[in-house]
Amino acid sequence: MPPIPMSNDMTAAPILRVEDLTVGFSMRQGAYDVVHKINFALHRGKTTCVVGESGSGKSVTARAILNIVPRPGVINGGRILFDPDGTGATDLAALDPRGKAIRAIRGGRIAMIFQEPMSSLSPVHTIGSQIVEAILLHRKVGRKEARAMATDLLAQVEIPDPAKALDRYAFEFSGGMRQRAMIAMALSCRPDVLIADEPTTALDVTTQAEILDLMRGLQRDFGMAIMFITHDMGVVAELADDVVVMEKGRLVEQGNVHQIFSAPQHPYTQRLLASVRRLEEPAAAKVHVSPEARPILAVEGLKLHFHKRAGLFGKGGDTIRAVDGVNLTLHEGEALGIVGESGSGKTTVGRCIAGVYDVTEGRIDFDGRDIARAGKDEVRENRRQIRMIFQDPFASLNPRMTVKQIIAEPLIVNNICSGQELDDRVAGLLTQVGLDPAMRERYPHAFSGGQRQRIVVARAIALGPRVIIADEPTSALDVSIRSQVLDLLLRFQAEMGLSFVFISHDMSVIRYFCDRVAVMYRGRVVEIGKTEQIITDPQHPYTKALLSSVPLSDPRLRGTRQRHRYMGETA
Amino acid sequence: MIWRFIIKRILWMVPFLIAVSMVSFLLIQAPPGDYLTTYIAKLAESNEVMDQASINDLRQRFGLDQSIFVQYWKWISNIVLHGDFGMSFEWRQPVSQLIWERMALTLLLSMATLIFTWAVAFPIGVYSAVRKYSVGDYIATTLGFLGLATPNFLLALILMYIGVVYFGSDVGGLFSDPFKNAPWSWDKVVDLSRHLWLPVVVLGTGSTASLIRIMRANLLDELNKPYVDTARAKGLSEFRLIMKYPVRVALNPFVSTIGWVLPQLVSGAVVTAIVLSLPLSGPLMLQALMSQDMYLAGAFVLMLSSLTVIGMLISDILLVLLDPRVRYE
Repeated sequence: MPPIPMSNDMTAAPILRVEDLTVGFSMRQGAYDVVHKINFALHRGKTTCVVGESGSGKSVTARAILNIVPRPGVINGGRILFDPDGTGATDLAALDPRGKAIRAIRGGRIAMIFQEPMSSLSPVHTIGSQIVEAILLHRKVGRKEARAMATDLLAQVEIPDPAKALDRYAFEFSGGMRQRAMIAMALSCRPDVLIADEPTTALDVTTQAEILDLMRGLQRDFGMAIMFITHDMGVVAELADDVVVMEKGRLVEQGNVHQIFSAPQHPYTQRLLASVRRLEEPAAAKVHVSPEARPILAVEGLKLHFHKRAGLFGKGGDTIRAVDGVNLTLHEGEALGIVGESGSGKTTVGRCIAGVYDVTEGRIDFDGRDIARAGKDEVRENRRQIRMIFQDPFASLNPRMTVKQIIAEPLIVNNICSGQELDDRVAGLLTQVGLDPAMRERYPHAFSGGQRQRIVVARAIALGPRVIIADEPTSALDVSIRSQVLDLLLRFQAEMGLSFVFISHDMSVIRYFCDRVAVMYRGRVVEIGKTEQIITDPQHPYTKALLSSVPLSDPRLRGTRQRHRYMGETA
Repeated sequence: MIWRFIIKRILWMVPFLIAVSMVSFLLIQAPPGDYLTTYIAKLAESNEVMDQASINDLRQRFGLDQSIFVQYWKWISNIVLHGDFGMSFEWRQPVSQLIWERMALTLLLSMATLIFTWAVAFPIGVYSAVRKYSVGDYIATTLGFLGLATPNFLLALILMYIGVVYFGSDVGGLFSDPFKNAPWSWDKVVDLSRHLWLPVVVLGTGSTASLIRIMRANLLDELNKPYVDTARAKGLSEFRLIMKYPVRVALNPFVSTIGWVLPQLVSGAVVTAIVLSLPLSGPLMLQALMSQDMYLAGAFVLMLSSLTVIGMLISDILLVLLDPRVRYE
């Protein structure tokens, strides 16, 4: 165990101090504060993680430091003292948000990277032009020199063939590469402070691990202070020196990372850590499938190829093998996890089973029938028995339909019931998923993410299905909500004997929920087996790489683990 | 990549233009009867009667007795091979002589209107979006709705009235009387530019108003995108970052307007052109269609639909230059 660093260097003058910062939103109904009088400091060469769930005000705080709080937000009070050279502090909150002084600091001395690497880079400008622009803004160099510097930066963030990459567009890169380009851009003017707003949330775990490695290395080289915003306690444990915990706009606890993890003081921090640790082992409430359960669904040699049109008249072009020969069996009452990174084909497999895509080759045996080649009526029947739950509870509910209409729709479409009976069924379903039936006339926007996902679950079980395909049902939710939704699904599995195909990139939820797990990589299943067995004793090198990338939510274990990198044969 | 796209797009125009020419020909053939029946009816109105022999004679001379395929083939092959659009029955002149100047003026007016539309709509649209719900935005929005709701010909009449009564200027047409039939000279160009503003304003208000709305709506969508935050966090000044990033992305519908402004001007301009007595293609085309002067009408329909196709081509190419994402689809 590495020694806990002494806090004597904490007494060195901080590079940035936030004092009594209050940020408010002025609405027509009056102003209300979203950040209440918070205090913390950033130190050169240190990483401060700001943790909190959605709505805790952590992103707004980050933007307040750069004085770019989006309208109608305004800094209502407090000071942000920035003192990079030890020659006297500037109060960033007092500067004119459009003035020259703050603009010289933005990007020049304090740089920021954002969550969505796709939408945070301009879609119509090359990577190079965006980096060169940042350099030209803050450093006295010519265009040619700036370009050379940009090339060096891209090399530093390990983008292959940097000179060529400069002239490419963001959408030509993968998510990880885009985030590397973002980091290169942020570092282009050697900032004293780097603010990272959930920079790895949209990335795969393997990519996340690489980006975190990269940021650690760059911090060593550049010696800057990092403010790292995240909701993931695992990332905090891997990266942080100091931790700031925020809840509903208030700073509830701050301190050294070891102290926060070993002896959290505030109940919220304790709750947050508990919900993370709950997900580190199989659910206690889990009913395990009996060994003699018969198979309900068998996928044999499933292939799905997409043809990319190219050439003068759309002839020729590549074939994308999204799913390339997958075999799976799902037993009655079982939860089968499919894990893999984006592009591995896990979602596509789920959609093939649900009958969303026409498969190119192979059989999907459901109850003795091949549903891959089902006729129209059969597809209808299959859709009653195999239902889907989607990732984004905001996008998968029609905002113009009431909750009752949403849940009733499958019942109406399938002519199951109507009138009073329908109303009672909907009310019953809402009670089952733990929502008040009195809320059924409301629209989805009145519900939180977790409640929405409950509505989605109610819609999925409305027809009494036998198989549910859950595609990342918890990845859009906060950690504390995640286990609640999973527990709900576990209850239905036990009570209704439902079978689940559970698609996720998150090993911890798979471990919590699934009996068996299939690991997918580039359209193939590379390993399949009992969840515990795969996690404790992975065989395939890709599985090893995947597991070793999952951040450990214990700062004492930092650096004790050898990380595997897996370069696919066809990479 | 860009060149391949452009070449592909140009090659695709060939079958498209052939289809357009066929439809144009069918269109002018569609009304019952032909030029001769209209001509005979007209003669009958003035109590003149033609005997069957001379009717047949005329019909043969004009080639109206042949099958529609032969007629189409003769028509289109002469156009493509010799640039010969045939003779106008009514004017007894080659069609190309009749339409050339009018088409050129129409094109000139269209371009002028397009530039006017862009020059006015672009800054106002950007302003309206960036200063959403400000006084300026409300004014621009109100004027925009008024512009959308006012029929062109009414606006033409009002502006003409104002021009004549308050400024005493000669506002009808595109030229003052002395220049009407004069050969082109510098003075004539100056005279034209003096007359051009009125039809430009009249024809441009409608599309300006809708473009302001489109620009505003598009820019509002883009202004909250994360890449704008990125640019702001970089330290760019507000004006530069708005111009360089969100406006650039919101520009797509602007470029697309080239495609639809050309046909809109032609169809919308007929009424306005008559009211303002402009020597444009619209009124002549209308007259040709009414008298079933098929080669003249055909030439117009063909030219205008080709213009539309070309307009679409230009806007597609500009779109590809502007937005790299289009290239990869």
